[in-house]
Amino acid sequence: MPAFLFWIFASLMLVFGAGVIINRNPVASALNLVVSFLGLAVLFISLGAYFIGIIQVLVYAGAVMVLFLFIIMLLDLRAEKLRRINWIAFGGGSAVALALFIQICCVIGRFKPASQTFPPLAKSTTDDVHQIGMLLFSNYNLPFQIIGLLVLVATIGVVVLSKRELQ
Amino acid sequence: MATLGDYLVVSGMLFTIGFAGVMLRRNIIIIFMALELMLNAANLSLVAFSRFHSGTNGAPNYNAQVFLFFIITVAAAEVAVGLAIIVALYRLRQTTHVEDINSLKF
Repeated sequence: MPAFLFWIFASLMLVFGAGVIINRNPVASALNLVVSFLGLAVLFISLGAYFIGIIQVLVYAGAVMVLFLFIIMLLDLRAEKLRRINWIAFGGGSAVALALFIQICCVIGRFKPASQTFPPLAKSTTDDVHQIGMLLFSNYNLPFQIIGLLVLVATIGVVVLSKRELQ
Repeated sequence: MATLGDYLVVSGMLFTIGFAGVMLRRNIIIIFMALELMLNAANLSLVAFSRFHSGTNGAPNYNAQVFLFFIITVAAAEVAVGLAIIVALYRLRQTTHVEDINSLKF
């Protein structure tokens, strides 16, 4: 992928990601998050992870965002009313986030391979989904079953939590 | 061609945006969305590293993609449970503002 396409989609992702935390209206935040995740999916595809890119669009931009919007509209949340901003907390939070970013940049700056480009990929003879499926059902069979159990437990947990009376 | 460092910096910026959202916002649903941003930033750097470590003959490394499959599944389960907790909380207190929910027992 040419460098300018990378920067276009990366900045799209970052701008809309910033929109998520800047918007006052939760619906606008959720829609910003969708665009941000679409940009991220393009970045995954640019790294050759086609399957993950498609899954990202299906699961995040599809299912998870519908869930978010559904809950926002169920709770009937309006744009937040302006409250008195606690400037000390605001400044402290921004300072901590800035410090984290500076630290990340320092670590990446000292990391030697960071300035190298990616090695070329050979033309693959089998498709991505096939390879991942093979790996999933051979090497990672036990984690796959555990994840199935986890999803079952999450389903039951959600049903219990959503019951009208919590005894 | 974008380098590995470019992907890592972009991923770090996305993580910082999510972190700032968790620190600065007071609406519990938006805090939850910012958590998702942080999770996805970590995914991006994982995939970038896996692409960087592809095999000597140019064969792609699929282990990270299987990990990512697991991570996305866990994240989807987490979103479902988290939103159910938010709905239960809203039913009790009629608010999503974290400063109104500051007692453990009521």
